[in-house]
Amino acid sequence: MKRPRIDTEANHRLVTRRAAILGGVQLAFVGALGARMQFLQVDQADQFRLLAEENRINIRLIPPSRGEIFDRNGVPLARNVPSYRIVIVREDAGEVEDVVQSLGKLVSLDPDEVERAMAEMKRSAPFLPITFADEVSWEDLSRVSVNAPALPGVTPEVGLSRVYPLGSDYAHVLGYVGPVSDYDLERIEDPDQLLRIPRFQIGKVGVEAKIEENLRGKAGARRVEVNAAGRVMRELDRREGIPGSDMQLTIDAKLQSYVQARLSTESASAIVMDVQSGDLLAIASAPTFDPNLFVRGISSRDYKSLTENKYRPLASKSVQGTYPPGSTFKMITAMAALEEGLIGPDETVYCPGHLEVAGRRFHCWKRAGHGWVDLQNSLKQSCDVYYYDLALKVGIEKISAMANRFGLGERHDVPMSAVAKGLTPTKDWKSRVHGQDWVIGDTVNASIGQGFMLASPLQLAVMTARLASGNSVTPRLIKTVDGIEQPSGAGTNMGMNENNLRKMRRAMFATVNDRRGTAYGSRIIEDAMRMAGKTGTSQVRNITAAERRAGVVRNEDLPWERRDHALFVNFAPYDDPKYAVAVVVEHGGGGSKAAAPIARDVTLQALYGGEPPLEAYPTKDRGRIETQQQVLRGMQPVANIAGSDQA
Amino acid sequence: MSYLEYTVKHVPAGPRKILFLNWPLALLLAAVAGVGFLMLYSVAGGSFSPWAEPQMKRFVMGFVLMLVVAMVPIWFWRNMAGVAFAGTLLLLLGVELFGSVGKGAQRWIDLGFMRLQPSELAKVTLVMILAAYYDWLPSHKKSRPFWVLIPVVLILLPVAMVLRQPDLGTSILLLAAGGGMMFVAGVHWAYFAAVIGAGVGLITAVFQFRGTEWQLLKDYQYRRIDTFLDPASDPLGAGYHITQSKIALGSGGWTGRGFMQGTQSRLNFLPEKHTDFIFTTLAEEFGFIGAFSLLVLYALIILFCVASALANKDRFSSLLTLGIALNFFLFFAVNMSMVMGLAPVVGVPLPLVSYGGSAMLVLMLAFGLAQSAHVHRPRHGH
Repeated sequence: MKRPRIDTEANHRLVTRRAAILGGVQLAFVGALGARMQFLQVDQADQFRLLAEENRINIRLIPPSRGEIFDRNGVPLARNVPSYRIVIVREDAGEVEDVVQSLGKLVSLDPDEVERAMAEMKRSAPFLPITFADEVSWEDLSRVSVNAPALPGVTPEVGLSRVYPLGSDYAHVLGYVGPVSDYDLERIEDPDQLLRIPRFQIGKVGVEAKIEENLRGKAGARRVEVNAAGRVMRELDRREGIPGSDMQLTIDAKLQSYVQARLSTESASAIVMDVQSGDLLAIASAPTFDPNLFVRGISSRDYKSLTENKYRPLASKSVQGTYPPGSTFKMITAMAALEEGLIGPDETVYCPGHLEVAGRRFHCWKRAGHGWVDLQNSLKQSCDVYYYDLALKVGIEKISAMANRFGLGERHDVPMSAVAKGLTPTKDWKSRVHGQDWVIGDTVNASIGQGFMLASPLQLAVMTARLASGNSVTPRLIKTVDGIEQPSGAGTNMGMNENNLRKMRRAMFATVNDRRGTAYGSRIIEDAMRMAGKTGTSQVRNITAAERRAGVVRNEDLPWERRDHALFVNFAPYDDPKYAVAVVVEHGGGGSKAAAPIARDVTLQALYGGEPPLEAYPTKDRGRIETQQQVLRGMQPVANIAGSDQA
Repeated sequence: MSYLEYTVKHVPAGPRKILFLNWPLALLLAAVAGVGFLMLYSVAGGSFSPWAEPQMKRFVMGFVLMLVVAMVPIWFWRNMAGVAFAGTLLLLLGVELFGSVGKGAQRWIDLGFMRLQPSELAKVTLVMILAAYYDWLPSHKKSRPFWVLIPVVLILLPVAMVLRQPDLGTSILLLAAGGGMMFVAGVHWAYFAAVIGAGVGLITAVFQFRGTEWQLLKDYQYRRIDTFLDPASDPLGAGYHITQSKIALGSGGWTGRGFMQGTQSRLNFLPEKHTDFIFTTLAEEFGFIGAFSLLVLYALIILFCVASALANKDRFSSLLTLGIALNFFLFFAVNMSMVMGLAPVVGVPLPLVSYGGSAMLVLMLAFGLAQSAHVHRPRHGH
């Protein structure tokens, strides 16, 4: 064994010196580490504590239940019903494939859905529940629950699903809800956090979309502690959300269902409005569709049949559709002249069947002419020449201004989708939009609601209600929110000369009840219910001089989309007006034949609050009406779904 | 003769040796290990398994190993230095061969009762061989180029082999420890200045020529260096760990969130919370006071080792003890810098605290050598 040797003094001093230097460096480094600790743990502690809390605490939203919608009498129109879905948690299931197979023996699983769910499961954390079946029936759910021990990781979850009990009758009013799409998120600025919840349902169209904020409610929240993988460790606290507001519409469910059934599969719309309060008791548009299909996610085949239908079942024609108002506009032209004092008490105009204006010949619908006509006769028989003559005296500006006072050309504040503004043309408008000067022929056309003039059925109903009441009533669709009555649509007096209004009402009464009136065939004979109205038949094509010489082609001989629109507006009872009704049948032919009977039936239904007695109808019509009533009685609310008979 | 000889009769013999151990050092080691048990208990969610209990057993084993090594005369260990170093190189070679057959980067050899990492062992045997070399080498020769080249080769051999595993952290530690040994042994400072100067120059060149046509590395290599130096540029990879680690440290504040109350570690936001990042849990739960206390314990261990080394007139003992102290220092300094975001993330555990068998045993073996040096130090027996 070598013996140890003691180091030389010189070398030992060198080593000591070097060791001291190295030790000093080490000490300095330890100091630096200490300083860093102090910096992180003392100086920046608050900031890092906050970050740690952010890591740890997660806020989970609790979706509120959506407000329900009822009719004016409390009949449910949109409800939330429990819907069940089956979820699987991977970490509890073990062999997911086996579990899914056993589950498939109990309930029918959609193979596409299973594939999607399996893919989703692979992507997400093992503790997250993945939906394998949605909208599971109660029977299927019971079968799963009974067999729970054999199905590890499988749990039923309950949610709320939107249901429209009256289905297609409210498709156009209520619209429908559906899961939030990327498009929705882009469209809505500063979106509610709730919208980020997968499959959260929001209103897509109609009332559901327009008063979405009220119906949705406010999200609740629970603060949970999560670990790095996102697993919830415990709940820290919880704040319940505020459920959405329940709504009551002004609609009368019974009347609405009747109107919808009466329109059947015609491409038509009808509106019933309270002339005093502006309440909309029915807004129907046909053909219609089942909104429940959209809630569940409509199949592309069904959707295609809806979009390809030429009667456009998805369009809410009552507020979206605009039509030349035709002769229903004559009251406006007449009112404009009356208010200007341009019509003397017994003034008459001679109608030879046409009027020459600026070298152009404007025809009356009656080729032979009406002879000498006064105001009442002109409206009753719908003489066009009389109004051409008035229009030349009054001018377009006053006519359009009067139309605006009666609610035409105005986008009424109704919570439905794409409410149309219509059009009341002026000289300024034409030069601005068309870059052309207004010509006198335009005024002549406008006087009988043709040419540029456009109005929606809703606007026509408002016009009629204002004529009947003399007040500037506005339509109201929402009756109560959370039980609180919403502002009424009853307006103030329009400031029209009451004598002039009375003249118009009397002329409208004559139109329906005078033997020579255009709507005589659709009169009501029950005295207390008698109605006043005006027919309208608006052209959608130009009739050439050549065709006129050869004889105008009859509507029945034209293809559907070139036929005239049939319109009718009325109010009743004449003595004490309650309801204004507007009916438009697209390409229905003559207003007196196609629109007036519908309006009459709807009016009676509204006045009687149900099926009217046959005694209200003229004697010779009763047999036909009785058959029709029997047919309508048998119609279920959801029966007239478009697509089935159009496909 | 440049060495004064001394007789061994003044050195304690037999069981009495145990009284001459550097007991303060032993107690400091136990204290640090105790901190480790506490933290391993905490990160397991208040449980001795799976980490605290095996760690305690290994520490007891390691402590006994230290005592046994300490009882053996230091000159035996000096004579064994060459054999030990050669054996380590063979083991590293074995890992290299074994690893190529096995699965990728295998750094350990299974001894049945534990897994031995030869790279850990290399830290001790490298220090031993260098201490023995400078003990043997006459003082006046140590700055001559040839005699400088020999220890450089001795250092680079294990460094290269460890780097191939690949284990960047350990190879840097080996390089630094070897360089430190040469420095304390008294090699002329000009060599160090040259190496440091060359290194700085190379790094400057690498970055200076970036983007020019004389660019020294490929673009992707530069990007890897970027992420290595600045983990924040890779927020989902390395940056995520460092961010979470800093959050844990910082949220500890002065006094910490309380034993087993650290949310960052309990909720798994910390990576490798029982090994490389265990310090963050300590800092989170015991705050600045706890973390700084551990730093003080470590500093005291270094201090006691350096004091023991400088009091030792035996050149081998003195150099060996300084080398072990330097190794230990590098260990905790790199680990702490790493978790505090001062250094890139390289896999270096916190000595005696992080969970890990072979690191613990090798460290205790090293301190056994330091203890042996302390016990068998030359004494003037006039």
